[in-house]
Amino acid sequence: MNRYSRDQMAARVAQDIQDGACVNLGIGLPTLVANHLPKDREIILHTENGLLGMGPAPAPGAEDPDLINASKQPVTELPGASFFHHADSFAMMRGGHLDCCVLGAFQVSVDGDLANWHTGAPDAIPAVGGAMDLALGAKSVYVMMEHLTKGGDSKIVSQCSYPVTALRCVSRIYTDLAVLEVTPQGLRAVDIVDGLSLPELARLSGVAISG
Amino acid sequence: MIDKTVATVPDAIADINDGATVMIGGFGSAGMPSELIDALIGQGARELTIVNNNAGNGDAGLALLLKARRVRKIICSFPRQTDSWHFDALYRAGEIELELVPQGNLAERIRAAGAGIGAFYTPTGYGTLLAQGKETREIDGRQYVLEHPIHADFALIKALAGDRWGNLVYRKTARNFGPIMATAARCTIAQVQRIVALGVLDPEAVVTPGIFVRRVVCVPAGAAGAVHEAAA
Repeated sequence: MNRYSRDQMAARVAQDIQDGACVNLGIGLPTLVANHLPKDREIILHTENGLLGMGPAPAPGAEDPDLINASKQPVTELPGASFFHHADSFAMMRGGHLDCCVLGAFQVSVDGDLANWHTGAPDAIPAVGGAMDLALGAKSVYVMMEHLTKGGDSKIVSQCSYPVTALRCVSRIYTDLAVLEVTPQGLRAVDIVDGLSLPELARLSGVAISG
Repeated sequence: MIDKTVATVPDAIADINDGATVMIGGFGSAGMPSELIDALIGQGARELTIVNNNAGNGDAGLALLLKARRVRKIICSFPRQTDSWHFDALYRAGEIELELVPQGNLAERIRAAGAGIGAFYTPTGYGTLLAQGKETREIDGRQYVLEHPIHADFALIKALAGDRWGNLVYRKTARNFGPIMATAARCTIAQVQRIVALGVLDPEAVVTPGIFVRRVVCVPAGAAGAVHEAAA
């Protein structure tokens, strides 16, 4: 079966981010999107620890421990950047000022419920960070994830079995098999990887998907 | 004359009492007031409730305060990290209480305390495990959870520069929780890399007005060794 590579997924997400957008890229797979933002668009990256106008990683030796992203990795500031405290940073999110965020996920339901913070395993130490604020704060919430678990189960589900992060918050799902839009009528396939049919995608996903 | 500057780091934190609620600034190590925390470990206060975004990293600062078993409860958003082994061990042994709060709710609950807000409705967390048992309300067709402020007895924060009135400026993403924690504690203690004369900080650029700060202590960058000597 053909699959989109991680870079192809990231490039596909980047295509859907408009010129002038303020965007937060979550931890993990979503950070790859930064490498694929179209050069002819001016896109401002937000990191919830307090920076708008985040630039790429610094050259080796130029790291500044006071200039990091939400993953605590060294970053840079671009001309036009601003620093702010946490209450302002989360006001940007919760207040609906961010145009878009890209998040990883364990599961997404057909209604757009997101599960990405906790497996719910009895011995797991829970940690949530800004996941819940991001999921319901941005105007568009894009999820980027593998379509299937390592065991072959669909991560797109009729109802999340993992503890949810936020309800009815996801706009689009970008996987290694397809790009899906969450609509009031259910999931709609925007793109499908070459060689995979819509019925086969729906069968693998275990949920109804319209074309 | 108003002079909030304190001569030494141990003097700055000497009156933190057993059972106190202490906010500690920083996101990871950026903005973490490491020298104040080290002095608190030396000072010996126990049964503390700590408010921080994380639950300690590696073998430094907050992680060592936990390791020394001075913390009864931690209120934070992201305790589990690859280097949070001291917290992990205490948590698995049932020796520390965890109140897990979504990061934006943590920030807003701190801000609310400093701003005199009794409680507030937030959409974050609605319908999740972290809102279980909490009052909810529909406002204009959207669901919200009632959250209460987090007040503290002390806040330990780090800033770039301060003056004797307690005015503070910060550096880059090390600002994070400093300005809001400064407002939410009965006694805010700031460690700064340099203390400047009144009037040196541009009033247009002051981030934390001095009214929110009780004590300012100078810890020059890279002076950790000197501070440890002072604490011994």
